[in-house]
Amino acid sequence: MATQHSRSAARLMMAPAVVLLLGWMLVPLIMTLYFSFKKYLPLRGGDLGWVGLDNYVRFVTSSSFWPSVLATLAIVGGVLIITVVFGVLLAILLNQPMWGQGIVRILVIAPFFVMPTVSALVWKNMFMDPVNGLFAHLWKFFGAAPVEWLSQASLTSIVMIVSWQWLPFATLILLTAIQSLDSEQLEAAEMDGAPPLARFGYITLPHLGRAITVVVLIQTIFLLAIFAEIFVTTQGSFGTRTLTYLIYQRVLESQNVGLGSAGGVYAIILANIVAIFLMRMVGKNLDA
Amino acid sequence: MGQIQLNQVSKSFGNVQVIPPLDLTIEDGEFCVFVGPSGCGKSTLLRLIAGLEDVTSGHIAIDGQDSTDTPPAKRGLAMVFQSYALYPHMSVRKNIAFPMRMANIDETEQNRRIEAAAKALNLTDYLDRRPGQLSGGQRQRVAIGRAIVREPAAFLFDEPLSNLDAALRVGMRLEISELHERLQTTMIYVTHDQVEAMTMADKIVVLRAGFIEQVGSPLELYHKPQNVFVAGFIGSPKMNLIEGEEAQKLGAHTIGIRPEHTDVSMTEGTWKGRVGVAEHLGSDTFIHVHDTGLADMITVRITGDISVRHGDTIYLSPQLDQLHKFDAQGLRIE
Amino acid sequence: MARAVTQQRKIINTAAAWGVGLLIFFPILWTILTSFKTEAQAISDPPVFLAFDWTLENYSVVMERSDYMRFLWNSVIIAGGSTLLGIIVAVPAAWSMAFVPSKRTKDILLWMLSTKMLPAVGVLYPIYLLFINLGLLDTRTGLVIVLMLMNLPIIVWMLYTYFKEIPGEILEAARMDGAALKEEILYVLTPMAVPGIASTVLLNFILAWNEAFWTLNLTAAKAAPLTAFIASYSSPEGLFYAKLSAASTMAIAPILILGWFSQKQLVSGLTFGAVK
Repeated sequence: MATQHSRSAARLMMAPAVVLLLGWMLVPLIMTLYFSFKKYLPLRGGDLGWVGLDNYVRFVTSSSFWPSVLATLAIVGGVLIITVVFGVLLAILLNQPMWGQGIVRILVIAPFFVMPTVSALVWKNMFMDPVNGLFAHLWKFFGAAPVEWLSQASLTSIVMIVSWQWLPFATLILLTAIQSLDSEQLEAAEMDGAPPLARFGYITLPHLGRAITVVVLIQTIFLLAIFAEIFVTTQGSFGTRTLTYLIYQRVLESQNVGLGSAGGVYAIILANIVAIFLMRMVGKNLDA
Repeated sequence: MGQIQLNQVSKSFGNVQVIPPLDLTIEDGEFCVFVGPSGCGKSTLLRLIAGLEDVTSGHIAIDGQDSTDTPPAKRGLAMVFQSYALYPHMSVRKNIAFPMRMANIDETEQNRRIEAAAKALNLTDYLDRRPGQLSGGQRQRVAIGRAIVREPAAFLFDEPLSNLDAALRVGMRLEISELHERLQTTMIYVTHDQVEAMTMADKIVVLRAGFIEQVGSPLELYHKPQNVFVAGFIGSPKMNLIEGEEAQKLGAHTIGIRPEHTDVSMTEGTWKGRVGVAEHLGSDTFIHVHDTGLADMITVRITGDISVRHGDTIYLSPQLDQLHKFDAQGLRIE
Repeated sequence: MARAVTQQRKIINTAAAWGVGLLIFFPILWTILTSFKTEAQAISDPPVFLAFDWTLENYSVVMERSDYMRFLWNSVIIAGGSTLLGIIVAVPAAWSMAFVPSKRTKDILLWMLSTKMLPAVGVLYPIYLLFINLGLLDTRTGLVIVLMLMNLPIIVWMLYTYFKEIPGEILEAARMDGAALKEEILYVLTPMAVPGIASTVLLNFILAWNEAFWTLNLTAAKAAPLTAFIASYSSPEGLFYAKLSAASTMAIAPILILGWFSQKQLVSGLTFGAVK
């Protein structure tokens, strides 16, 4: 529904965005691929020639690789389970009639807007500090010995911090989805004699299926890349070195760019696998 | 000035040809109505003239000048859209001023024209309101005002009354006709409503599936429909079309007789039938007659009132000089 | 129609929801409260909640450290600049996709999204190297560019969904009224899309303000925004709870307020319309 004039204008006006994003995607990607096949140590001799797939092999056979994969999976999996389960419960709770719903919504959504470095620092010092943290006071109040959260329960601590940040996102999306559920469906089920739990299992939960999938996919992409939370708290020690952090250390701390780039390619492949599923869902929505 | 000439204009969307090559001339000052059932290509034809769509082939000339590749902004045409397409963020005054602002007309002249248009369209009290605060009829007037002030070569109307309720529609119909009498500017008007076409047009273009079925004045179309489609489309209630033996007797494949050209008697006549539903309008009565053996139903229109009851036997006699004859291809036989 | 809910149910709901809400909000509340305490009270055992000597001293100390203002200013410039630049690039692109869609529009939109999925760490060194060579390392310009590119897909996507709501006939009317493309976008489309553009700006400003990978890795001292300033408190010598709280409060307060205004857009923006 347009003329040749407007079609060529449209192409012209789309060009800056397309060219910029194409450059943003291709230039670093090609450079990363290039470095990943090289022995490249900027501070120790620079470009030391082609090494084939050496970096790829070394990255996965290094002793830090599998622990980092496990740490990544533990964090991503832990946060996903907590945010989805509590997100569903919270969304259902917030959807009930109550006084001050708007204010509660504001309280619940707030953590999402706190910058990651602030939330990590606040949790690390003011809650998880074994001497002055609130948790330490709480433990002592009940006569228990304070826990050294970030060293003794490092992964749990990180999962807690990140879950706190992402729970609002999951809740908000699930709440939006719940609100789009036709209440007549629930009333029909009630007329058909379904008790509350059955109504939840047969109607509410299937209705939320799509929203839960979207939450899982989007969070996975962001969680695979979490950085500041670890950078500020443990710096990757005590078993919290994720794949992202391992690559970061290889590239910037040990200045082994070739090895880090090979790790980067793995990370890109991993993220793309998740992204493909997300794209499918978004794409379907475009047709509708 | 606004003579518009279409020369072998065609339009395809992908592989689908919605308008096969057609020729049409709309004379300066003419009120031309494109009418046809939905999907007949009448709106597309209007958008081609407006320049909102490219022609696939052929040429469009406005005042003798080839405008085929001229962008819509430069064609000097004004358009009134079905949804009115007012700018919701601007007041009525700013809406009307917009085309003049685009043409860099100086402010005092802008104001003079706005005042004049507002007065003519009864909008003076609403100039500072937003479109959202107006009724449907008022919005329609603003859209017309916006079209008038730029003093275009021609006005294009795309089903402008279809979003109004029936009573308002009749009023706006008169206002637009009035406007045309006053301005004497070319107007092209698209509608699917044959009553609008008959009452407003100098020239009607009947379209079906992109083809022009007939071009002519309202009375030409009424009295001399070129084919069965036009015969059935123009006129209300619809012309009765009869095929078969009765038609062959008169040397035609199909004969048509308008409801108002049939005489009725309870005792004798050419065709015998049974009364179905009778619609009493006061001024007229429409009687739907069944079981004539000619067609499913024959409709007749009688001036004034008549008392018939459902199931009564009735006799119909067509006025032979008003009978239309068509051949097997559906074309008129003189 | 919903049935009347018993008063009792409603009271229980309210209590439960407020309880959970306050629990989730508590870390932020605690930070804000601590920012008004003295350092001694901030670490007192047992902790005090409200019965302390309220003081603004921490804020004046943080403000006096002139570098705080510089970090703040850097954050404003980087978040604001990248958002503004993104809007300028995205409005024409979104116009094209919403009003002159072609067979490839959907593919282009999805491809744009896919660039957002690229993990930053995978391309850290190339960007680092490019920044050194282009002299962009530790400059606000560099971060404005990177964050703009990072959020561009979200901006294009959000604007696209808003623009699609605007009837095409109005833009065609502008064209018939003699408006050129520039005027059509400037005088008709943009004013009509103001609410949509505003929420897009808001959400992307927040995302850029809170971004904590590139801002930490591509800055040192000159161009470092608040994310980096706060991160510097992670070293033990910077450990003053009350001052940390004051600085944190100042870093998050403006965004928290903006965030509450844009919470509705959050869903459409971050799920790219996959949840409605």
